[in-house]
Amino acid sequence: MSSSELSNIPEPDEFMRIAHKPPRSGWMDIPVVFKPGTYCFPAKAKNLKILGMPNPREWSPTDEDWKLPENWREIIREGFKDRLDKYRSFKLFMDICVRCGACADKCHFFIGSGDPKNMPVLRAELLRSVYRKDFTLGGKLMGRLAGARELTPDVIKEWFYYFYQCTECRRCSVFCPYGIDTAEITMMGRELLHLLGLGINWAMEPVANCFRTGNHLGIQPHGFKDTLEFFAEDIENITGIKIDVPLNKKGAEILFVTPSGDYFGDPGTYTCMGYMMLFHELGLDYTWSTYASEGGNFGLFTSHEMIKRLNAKIYAEAKRLGVKWILGGECGHMWRVMHQYMDTMNGPADFLEMPTSPITGTRFENTKSTKMVHIMEFTADLIRHNKLRLDPGRNNNLIVTFHDSCNPARAMGIIEEPRYVIRNVCNHFYEMPENTIKEQTFCCGGGAGLGTDENLDMRLRGGFPRGNAVRYVQEKYGVNRLACMCAIDRATLIPVCDYWAPGVLVTGIHEMVANALVMKGEKERTTNLRGEPLPGKEE
Amino acid sequence: MVLKNLLIQKKAAISKRWLDMILEAYPPEAAKFFKQEGNRFANPVGYTLLREIEPFYMELLEGLDAEKISPFLDRIIRIRAIQDFSPSQAVAFVYSLKKVIREELAMEIHERRLYEDLLKFDSRIDELALIAFDIYMQCREKIYEIRVDEVRNRVFSLLKRANLISDISEECEQKM
Repeated sequence: MSSSELSNIPEPDEFMRIAHKPPRSGWMDIPVVFKPGTYCFPAKAKNLKILGMPNPREWSPTDEDWKLPENWREIIREGFKDRLDKYRSFKLFMDICVRCGACADKCHFFIGSGDPKNMPVLRAELLRSVYRKDFTLGGKLMGRLAGARELTPDVIKEWFYYFYQCTECRRCSVFCPYGIDTAEITMMGRELLHLLGLGINWAMEPVANCFRTGNHLGIQPHGFKDTLEFFAEDIENITGIKIDVPLNKKGAEILFVTPSGDYFGDPGTYTCMGYMMLFHELGLDYTWSTYASEGGNFGLFTSHEMIKRLNAKIYAEAKRLGVKWILGGECGHMWRVMHQYMDTMNGPADFLEMPTSPITGTRFENTKSTKMVHIMEFTADLIRHNKLRLDPGRNNNLIVTFHDSCNPARAMGIIEEPRYVIRNVCNHFYEMPENTIKEQTFCCGGGAGLGTDENLDMRLRGGFPRGNAVRYVQEKYGVNRLACMCAIDRATLIPVCDYWAPGVLVTGIHEMVANALVMKGEKERTTNLRGEPLPGKEE
Repeated sequence: MVLKNLLIQKKAAISKRWLDMILEAYPPEAAKFFKQEGNRFANPVGYTLLREIEPFYMELLEGLDAEKISPFLDRIIRIRAIQDFSPSQAVAFVYSLKKVIREELAMEIHERRLYEDLLKFDSRIDELALIAFDIYMQCREKIYEIRVDEVRNRVFSLLKRANLISDISEECEQKM
């Protein structure tokens, strides 16, 4: 070995400085890997067919070939263009972001997972990069230098993975100085994917069922009737009071619409019984409808057209039955639709009257346009006017905290009413920390159609910030009950609590209202609606 | 034990380096965020790691009392069990402590011939890894249990509503 060769050999300390890790690629070059537990199963062909949606087929995200239609690039390009022309907000959101980073650490999925593509700014970049390439001069000329990239099958896979990792909760938009609404970007991303037949079954099956039978589970009118009568029997066993179940009653004053989660799955069923008991006690002239048997609207997680299609039945049924106004139950995304879309999509509801409480005379001026009142406004008003006899001591076994559901809190601003009701029906109420509630509330991790069991790992990642705050009040105040007013929350927060704060159970608010409600002529109650002994009635 | 005194003296440096190594497993954007001394509710992963690592390390120096050490491990592993890690990656941070100690105390160990002490402490870390593996499995089993419960409850309530099941009611029970 010559001396010149020897001098080329690095010194020991140079060896020490060698990084043993390969350089990381830029985000555009990191392909998506579909691991069990982190993605939702694709929409079944039968569900897309009945809705007349394009490219129905059997496929799986783990397949190499997603069986895209031959002209898929043109379809996306056209779809993109169409939406940029139609929705000015979309065009604005594509252009306006300055990457200030205010949103970056606000997404529950990023906070829980650490996956940078869950930072809202980067989630939006998934679309923006393609937008720049196809629709901006800079992007066309400069390519990657201008943050633009080609649309490839891998980009489509990435869209599917990450737009179904956004629960459209809109927490990030609270912090964006420009008001960019990432939920709307996700909605556009999902609309584009649907043009290629790429949806998830946990959203599309409810949509198909809703379209065909009227509710997410495809419960038929007689099944709906049976279910409500079944609840009435349970109520009679507990209170000794036989209550009516008004169904499709023409000329009733109020049409009551609630998500099917309320009458299908525990613990929503107890909340449903709560509404029934409250309405009976008030002697309310109301009706359920077997046609408008679903307040939820998974069209919101599909496309604007689908929101409108599924929502149309609400006003149609109000008109058919000749009611004066509409009252809606405890639900989350249902209220984003009712509050922000229903009026312009299927209104004007000029055949209805200004909602007025027949008990207190309160005119709900805030609903002048939609004619639909949130039950929490209705009940808070009743309590404010001292129209309910309540014994909060019956809920003394509950140490309660309240989870603001994303849509009522951020899309409607219903912040104080649920708290007012809870404080009046139970004696032990503790708030979670300020930066996890109200407008800043953390999502349950399972909204926007993601609450399915095959996606549980991802839901628990996204649910960590919420679970972490629940665990804090559990340790500090002994909280054992998490109250919420959303049917999806009532289902998805159960696993979140079970994993992050075991021992905390989930409840709807009207379940607690009904337990505290002292009804005229009731027998001495010994159990709550769950059949558990009331405090002081334990054997 | 001379090594123990050194490990105590250097606790701040060692736990900081250990934490850095744990965070290296995440993408740089996430590592940067987790590293911030943020609010415990805004940055729960970072807060848990930053707050737990040093006391956890000090507890380990005292011995390997599974009851005392498990809560620390649980808080860290509960998070890693649902993140994008393979099982080995999720518990590998326990072993990285060996590397940290070797690097941080390389000179002292060599000069003062502390290899026997080091071997003993290595065995303690090996045992710790076994406890970590148990906790990791408990977390994963909990996830499977939650998933089964979710599906079972859904099916059960459907059957009940459809009047397809007739279980033993309280009335029947009283007659018996």
